[in-house]
Amino acid sequence: MRSLLCLPCLDIISIFETVKGNIVVVIKQRPKNLNLLTIRFPVPAIVSILHRISGVILYLLIPLILWALSLSLSSPDDFDTLHQFLSSPLMKLLMWGFLSAFIYHFFAGIRHLLMDIHIGDELKSGRLSAQITIVLSAVFILLAGIWLW
Amino acid sequence: MVKSVLGVNHQGLTDWLVQRVSAIVMTVYSLGLISYLVMTQDIDYTRWHALFSHGWMKLATILFIVSLLFHAWVGMWTVFTDYIKPFVLRFILQVLLFLSLVSFFFASLMILWGV
Repeated sequence: MRSLLCLPCLDIISIFETVKGNIVVVIKQRPKNLNLLTIRFPVPAIVSILHRISGVILYLLIPLILWALSLSLSSPDDFDTLHQFLSSPLMKLLMWGFLSAFIYHFFAGIRHLLMDIHIGDELKSGRLSAQITIVLSAVFILLAGIWLW
Repeated sequence: MVKSVLGVNHQGLTDWLVQRVSAIVMTVYSLGLISYLVMTQDIDYTRWHALFSHGWMKLATILFIVSLLFHAWVGMWTVFTDYIKPFVLRFILQVLLFLSLVSFFFASLMILWGV
């Protein structure tokens, strides 16, 4: 009975009842690879987990963005202070990080929206759209870096 | 029959819709603001302040921020329920998330109010 409960997770080739009334389940032996050094995630899985990570990063940066917006709009002096502060190499790097998370999350999100209207929601096209997401984000992250410096 | 498939309160369906609608609102706003920033070469306080003085810009920004907060709620809720298994810890995180989003909302209202 216990083995019957996990039938859905096995590759069943056939089930039949013998003359004696025993139920025989023939299952396929699946190759197992649990070596963490050789397991590679499929590209769509990488795109998906990066979408989550970039989303969490963007959430964490909301207070910083609001603080910057607040300073930039309060007075000309504060605007200049902020401008100087953000011109330092370290802050530029942080802003590039923010823009990278934004750009990546943007394109991966567009991919989701396209999948909702059934563009790229199959194995092959999904893999391709995942690759396109990575390439497009990389290009725009590079452009954002050039624009910042 | 159909009701039982969708669940009692349809939360999943609502979340799905909220995530999409807010995403589209934010896409439009971001593309607008980014093209403004890229096209305006020397941005100074006067121009920046003038931009946010317009009633339509304030409205669009509030719409963007409300979308952002709802989007963040659904997204972070999903991440918490997927990775944080202890109930009490997850509950505390969700309360903190909620409080942070509410305070971000009032902070942005005050910022725009002051312009």
